[in-house]
Amino acid sequence: MADEATRKAVSQIPLLKTHAGPRDRALWPQRLKEEYQALIRFVEQNKAADNDWFRLESNADGTRWTGTCWFIHELLRYEFRLEFDIPVTYPDTAPEVAVPELDGKTAKMYRGGKICLTEHFAPLWARNAPRFGLAHLMALGLGPWLAVEVPDLISKGLVVHKEQQREAAE
Amino acid sequence: MATVEELKLRVRELENELIKCKQKQCAMEDALHRPKIDKMSAEVVDSNPYSRLMALKRMGVVEDYEKIRTFTVAVVGVGGVGSVTAEMLTRCGIGKLLLFDYDKVELANMNRLFFQPHQAGLSKVEAAELTLRNINPDVLFETHNYNITTMENFTHFMDRISHGGLEEGSPVDLVLSCVDNFEARMAINTACNELGQIWMESGVSENAVSGHIQLIIPGETACFACAPPLVVAANIDEKTLKREGVCAASLPTTMGVVAGLLVQNVLKYLLKFGSVSYYLGYNAMQDFFPTMAMKANPQCNDRHCRRQQEEYNKKEAQRPKVEVVEVEEDVVHEDNEWGIELVSETTDADLQAASGTMPDLPEGITVAYTIPAAQDTTNGETVEETEQSLEDLMAQMRKL
Ligand SMILES: [Zn+2]
Repeated sequence: MADEATRKAVSQIPLLKTHAGPRDRALWPQRLKEEYQALIRFVEQNKAADNDWFRLESNADGTRWTGTCWFIHELLRYEFRLEFDIPVTYPDTAPEVAVPELDGKTAKMYRGGKICLTEHFAPLWARNAPRFGLAHLMALGLGPWLAVEVPDLISKGLVVHKEQQREAAE
Repeated sequence: MATVEELKLRVRELENELIKCKQKQCAMEDALHRPKIDKMSAEVVDSNPYSRLMALKRMGVVEDYEKIRTFTVAVVGVGGVGSVTAEMLTRCGIGKLLLFDYDKVELANMNRLFFQPHQAGLSKVEAAELTLRNINPDVLFETHNYNITTMENFTHFMDRISHGGLEEGSPVDLVLSCVDNFEARMAINTACNELGQIWMESGVSENAVSGHIQLIIPGETACFACAPPLVVAANIDEKTLKREGVCAASLPTTMGVVAGLLVQNVLKYLLKFGSVSYYLGYNAMQDFFPTMAMKANPQCNDRHCRRQQEEYNKKEAQRPKVEVVEVEEDVVHEDNEWGIELVSETTDADLQAASGTMPDLPEGITVAYTIPAAQDTTNGETVEETEQSLEDLMAQMRKL
């Protein structure tokens, strides 16, 4: 599975209780509340551990999520926009997280900038459905992906720090 | 002032427009070359595109080949497998095809069959329709360029499956899943369970050397949610399989074979000849084709699957002679030469922590992973009851 730090972070995220997807009009609002509760707790924990690394927010009905994630590499902060839709089959299947601005820069991505998760992710999600939520998706999916891909993209010059980019342009 | 990037984009857009115009023109010209054919003829003349197909009837292989023109098939996913599937059905003279895909043709797709470099930039459904209409103007086409897994599109998708038949308002005869991801398969499964729609699933493994097709009759055979995904053991040592730096591999050969197996099963099912496969695997490394059938799981997570099972069982009980799909009871051998593992890619620690029961599967077929039978709900802290409204929580999240 994941490394020890990820394991620890995931174990601190509260599990969700309501098994409902966006098509379930009656129960989805409750699930959505639980999603926000878990996300808020996860972000607070990250802050406390001096490892704050993403923000997310949704549209009113909670079906489309957008936000930012960032990665610190050699004291520089690299920030990326992220987005995903909640599929009708959620929470039995996880959403496909996209980082559009990295589309075409790495082979670990499907078209549209959807990140390609490790082979461990699908079994983990399936085994823990419906108790895993979006916070778990961030911790087990996007987090490890960024940790592997961003340093690689920086070393290949495919991702350039915004400040340096500006300097180079001037 | 427009940037170079913006101008490049605009040039690309205009190029695509031009391609579309050219193709439309070609399609119109070609349509003149080959007018629509009202009735399939068995006459063997070089101008009859159906003579060799109608020969199946003369030879006694198929009782009534012309019946193919009365059927509607929906193809979901028009990629490596779906495009070839659609082409085969078009050439066979299917009545109507519905095509669903949200993707565009890319040059990176050119290791696969069907699409051509000049179509890059067009939506897959649009490019496919132009080519297919050209091949056989007798087929009716309906295309939808969207992702079926989102709320709005899913509702529309369900509506077209239940009303998009040849006679408007009637359901399609068969749905074919040619998608490349779990979410989309589950979405098709959800729709078909709700509608009681018979469908066939197809798939090619991410390492491109195995694939499968599966017939799903809601309530009767196992649906996609009845068991963890069934996969063909490719007999590759997972520990030596390198995944760094790549998402998925693909081969036109494997995708072509799977499309062929799928459409063969479709023809046998629709035209009632031969025996229809419930699950047919393809192991390209050893050229092994395992088959099996699996009954629906009474504990399936999908409540519509359980409802369909009740209805099926009721109907079966009323029938004088019960004909049940036999589940092959082959037990997995301990010294398995096909390299079956409970969960191939995970570590031993993961297996011990979370392995569930392994269904009885014939040699060469396994599951992608197992699910623990009963989840220990006391394990791990859950979210607390809260007085806060959703709006409060949203605001709190924004303020962090
Ligand atoms: Zn089921």
